Amino acid sequence: MAVVKLFGAWLSPYVFRVIWALKLKGIPYEYIEEDLSNKSPLLLQYNPIHKKVPVLVHDGKPVCESTVILRYVDEIWPQNPLLPADPYDRAVALFWIKFADDKSPIIAKLYRTEDEEQQAVVKEWLEMLEAMEEHVLIGGKKFCGGDEINMVDIAFCMIAHWLGVIEDAAGLKVFEPHKFPRVSSWIQNFKSVPIIKYNLPNTDKIVAYLKRRKEMLLTSKSN
Amino acid sequence: MAEEVVLLDFWPSPFGMRSRIALAEKGIKYEHKEEDLRNKSALLLQMNPVHKKIPVLIHNGKPVCESLIQVQYIDEVWHDKAPLLPSDPYQKATARFWADYVDKKIRSFSFSFFIYELGGRVWKTKGEEQATAKKELIETLKLLEKELGDKPYFGGESLGYVDVAFIPFYSWFYALEKCGNFSIEAECPKLIAWAKRCMQKESVAKSLPDQQKVYDFILEMKKHFGNE
Repeated sequence: MAVVKLFGAWLSPYVFRVIWALKLKGIPYEYIEEDLSNKSPLLLQYNPIHKKVPVLVHDGKPVCESTVILRYVDEIWPQNPLLPADPYDRAVALFWIKFADDKSPIIAKLYRTEDEEQQAVVKEWLEMLEAMEEHVLIGGKKFCGGDEINMVDIAFCMIAHWLGVIEDAAGLKVFEPHKFPRVSSWIQNFKSVPIIKYNLPNTDKIVAYLKRRKEMLLTSKSN
Repeated sequence: MAEEVVLLDFWPSPFGMRSRIALAEKGIKYEHKEEDLRNKSALLLQMNPVHKKIPVLIHNGKPVCESLIQVQYIDEVWHDKAPLLPSDPYQKATARFWADYVDKKIRSFSFSFFIYELGGRVWKTKGEEQATAKKELIETLKLLEKELGDKPYFGGESLGYVDVAFIPFYSWFYALEKCGNFSIEAECPKLIAWAKRCMQKESVAKSLPDQQKVYDFILEMKKHFGNE
């Protein structure tokens, strides 16, 4: 049987996207934790272009970039499909996945930016929340995928779990639940799915890590 | 059932060119609508309310936004002719990775963004900033050249997904070279050979604007936005 390995980092939402997809499809895999400040030669060999996690290695062949990995996993193991079968519906799902992908690296910066730069990041967060509220979750759907979670839900995972920790580390509240009722419901629903619920990184640990990182960045800026 | 295909487009956009090439490869008849980006049509705003950008592919009244998603959609719906993505999942993943790489690197370095976001680093900046941008662009192009290797196309023996994703930017090379004062061919001869090979295909040749025309357009934009 082909061996599946996943190179990851304990706090990365991109890594968790792949973990959830593999678990939803019941695919056993070996997980290898990477120290991102000291990347292994194997990781650099498997992902020489971006040098990042996650990297999925299937039968010795590496697949890089979380969304590329998700699509690959969905195609190789078609059980519990993560994308609609209809080409048009699929194109719409891919649009929202790309939207989330484009926003995610920007919004992550909230905790380590200040003043004008931070305000620009806040604006991006609000755009993402508004898009979810007014477009993606329209019709009072339980999940982006309808009755079951799909790749779009997984793509928006930052809102579900990482938003809170980033806000804590930044000392700034961006998300006001009463302004985004559909998103609030979605967050509860998403985190209640057993595979999600039992596979989430510890929030206190992330906040501590981000605060340390923020300190390091500010120290190096003033030096 | 008669298929109705409309493409909302803007002639110098490399993203629009991607969809033009895909439609041409498949021999699809479509209505091409040129947008004035300073005065976007009601149709564009209705069909792409989130980004308000071109290209937008409208198939039987339903919009598909984002150029690479359009190319994949076209490839799936009209799957009986000129396949762009390989059928093998691993090869497909590789193709998607490289198309994503093109999007991440080329766009952010130099090919910018159109009219309102115009300000690609190679021509807007001067001195050191420009030198850095040039260096990064060449590194990116060399990496793509390496990935191409000895294959005639990124897709192998025939034009594929990555070729369609990347070749439109060739129409901007002349403008970049003039503004940045460097030669891409000198740095990446194999890549230029690949580009010329692609240009021999009718679907590509009729989808890309003339390089001089693109350069003139950039100069107009620079004047308009007071860059010189």
